[in-house]
Amino acid sequence: MSNKRYRKGIAWKFAFYLSTLVAITFLILLILNIVNSAFGYVVIENSIEPEKLAAHGQSLEEVEKEQLIGVLEEHLSKGLIRRFNYEEPLGERTETELLRLVYERVVSPEILKSWSLLESLLGKDDIKAWRDTNAPQGIVEFRAWLNTDFITTPQSPVPEFAGIRTALFGSLWMILITLLFAFPVGVAAAIYLEEYANPNLLTKIIQVNIYNLSGVPSIIYGLLGLAVFVRFLEPLTSGALFGFAEAGTANGRTILSAGLTLGLLILPIIIINSQEAIRGVPQTLRDSSYGLGATKWQTILHHVLPASFDRILTGTILSVSRAVGETAPLIVVGASTFISVDPNNVFSKFTTLPIQIYQWTARPQAEFRNIAAAAIIALLVLLLSMNAFAIVARDKIGKKRKG
Amino acid sequence: MIGNELQKKKRPVEIAVSSLLFISAVISIFITIGIVSILAEESFLFFGSQEVSLKEFFFSKKWQPMINEFGVLPLLNATITTSTIAMLVATPLGIGVAIYLSEYASERVRSILKPVLEILAGIPTVVYGYFALTFMTPLLRVFFGRDTVEIYNTASAGIVMGILILPLITSMVEDALGAVPASLREGAFGLGATKLETSTQIVLPAAFSGIAAAFIVGLSRAIGETMIVALAAGAGPNFTFNPFKAAETMTGYIVRISGGDIGYDTMDYNSIFALGLLLFLFTLVLNIISRIVVHKYQEVYE
Repeated sequence: MSNKRYRKGIAWKFAFYLSTLVAITFLILLILNIVNSAFGYVVIENSIEPEKLAAHGQSLEEVEKEQLIGVLEEHLSKGLIRRFNYEEPLGERTETELLRLVYERVVSPEILKSWSLLESLLGKDDIKAWRDTNAPQGIVEFRAWLNTDFITTPQSPVPEFAGIRTALFGSLWMILITLLFAFPVGVAAAIYLEEYANPNLLTKIIQVNIYNLSGVPSIIYGLLGLAVFVRFLEPLTSGALFGFAEAGTANGRTILSAGLTLGLLILPIIIINSQEAIRGVPQTLRDSSYGLGATKWQTILHHVLPASFDRILTGTILSVSRAVGETAPLIVVGASTFISVDPNNVFSKFTTLPIQIYQWTARPQAEFRNIAAAAIIALLVLLLSMNAFAIVARDKIGKKRKG
Repeated sequence: MIGNELQKKKRPVEIAVSSLLFISAVISIFITIGIVSILAEESFLFFGSQEVSLKEFFFSKKWQPMINEFGVLPLLNATITTSTIAMLVATPLGIGVAIYLSEYASERVRSILKPVLEILAGIPTVVYGYFALTFMTPLLRVFFGRDTVEIYNTASAGIVMGILILPLITSMVEDALGAVPASLREGAFGLGATKLETSTQIVLPAAFSGIAAAFIVGLSRAIGETMIVALAAGAGPNFTFNPFKAAETMTGYIVRISGGDIGYDTMDYNSIFALGLLLFLFTLVLNIISRIVVHKYQEVYE
């Protein structure tokens, strides 16, 4: 009898252990799957070999600006040159920009096929064999889809030239707006609820309401943003009111609308986190401040807030990192599907890192999956460093107060 | 006397500050009012139009706004399918992990595992969507055959959604288990119960309200989840009970329609708000139920 009970205990312990193992396995698989797509061999075929473009056996990188323009004019149609000149005169562009154009348009390497990291490690010979039969001119090259070019170049319809520069800037601009709105309002609301509010019906309604809001699906906030910021407040959010946009083309689908929408989304979380932080401040601290004749606001400003600031900061950064990863509300608010110009103010059209990942993942071609994986790594690194910053900042501030 | 005078003294800064703080707190109420009134207003336009009747909305099995077919069942059915699969994955796994962490794991193991789960919880949903489409779907196709499993399917989306919800359920259940006093466990051990008997027959029932709340909150999260289904479950309403077939959920539809350029006051525009209202009501009811469960059935120990 007792033996049976004992065995049953072992079996279930194993089951609990197994479920933990499954959870961790999924995390590992998720990361491996992304890394697997972000690196690997590719077979590239150039339209024109770069060595043939530069004279006297120079490499393209050493060539003068004028020669690069010459190469462009020689190989591209007049219409295309005119379009480039219209966008920004070729003579005024920097050498790196011109070089990029030459590579993209003239050398025009085409990735014929790409392999995942696993396939690359296991079967380089197969890849070479594929090249020999399908593209004898092709070059087999190991490609890190996540590279410096990928981070510094703007969006492009060709996957091998696409980058996340615009998306990164879009994300950063948006976080700025989100923070500027949600942080002060959230902390202020938390101070009110913890320090000022009387335990009456209104307070209870506000509190219950905040908890309910934190459970509302993010896509609903997107609908709210679409109706309020994009549509109703269009003159304001498009910048038309401030002379940033022509009245006819004004459009509320801007960084400002997106940032405010996400601000509303993380507001309840910031309030709840800040409330917990403020609640953690011992009452004795307040009492001694009052005892020295400080007013309520002086007490809060000089004692309660500094004492809880490390935890408020951590909570805020964690909420902001949630905003950075949000996708659905931004699609609803109207992120642009394709922009290659850096946003330069809050009334710019925008795209963000998660939006890019979504759009690239949704494409059927394999190469778009590769750059989606590379963008995911960039996003995860961004989020991880934000969280690491939160932890370091918390420890530093905490230590300072103790020391 | 002096105290009285001080109390009566007008302090403009104090008054200004406290009013500002109050306004900040009240903003949250306006968010709710905003959500409800906007969803209600646009839904009213939707249901008020001649093409849509409530009866059709709730009973017709066709959702094709292009040709004036407005039956929500295919979208709703897909939402229920993905959420059910997600809960089937997340509930047993989540509770299993929580029991392991709270009852079995050593302090050292806990200190490693908890941050790992937090990482899992912090990964953006679009990344899970990528995982569903590029890993889970091919895996399912290997197991069940390429002919049975479509490229977009609700099973893959549901399973990955389960992994997404798992850390949420684990942390809520673990909190609930942790709230059960040690004296209860010691009492059971004292009567000769094994560790398993203590965990399943004493601790789990005592933490039941918390576990139920975790389940409901997880479910509400699953219903509102968007990016995984938008990427992996398929684009295009389809009334099917086969989890290996593509079917668009309510959230998936909202994302697909609003991702294109939609004009204001069109049927498409109004329809996403009507679905939003339905979604909002579902999650609101679930959240309220979870709170009631916690308050009503919570065991209180000295």
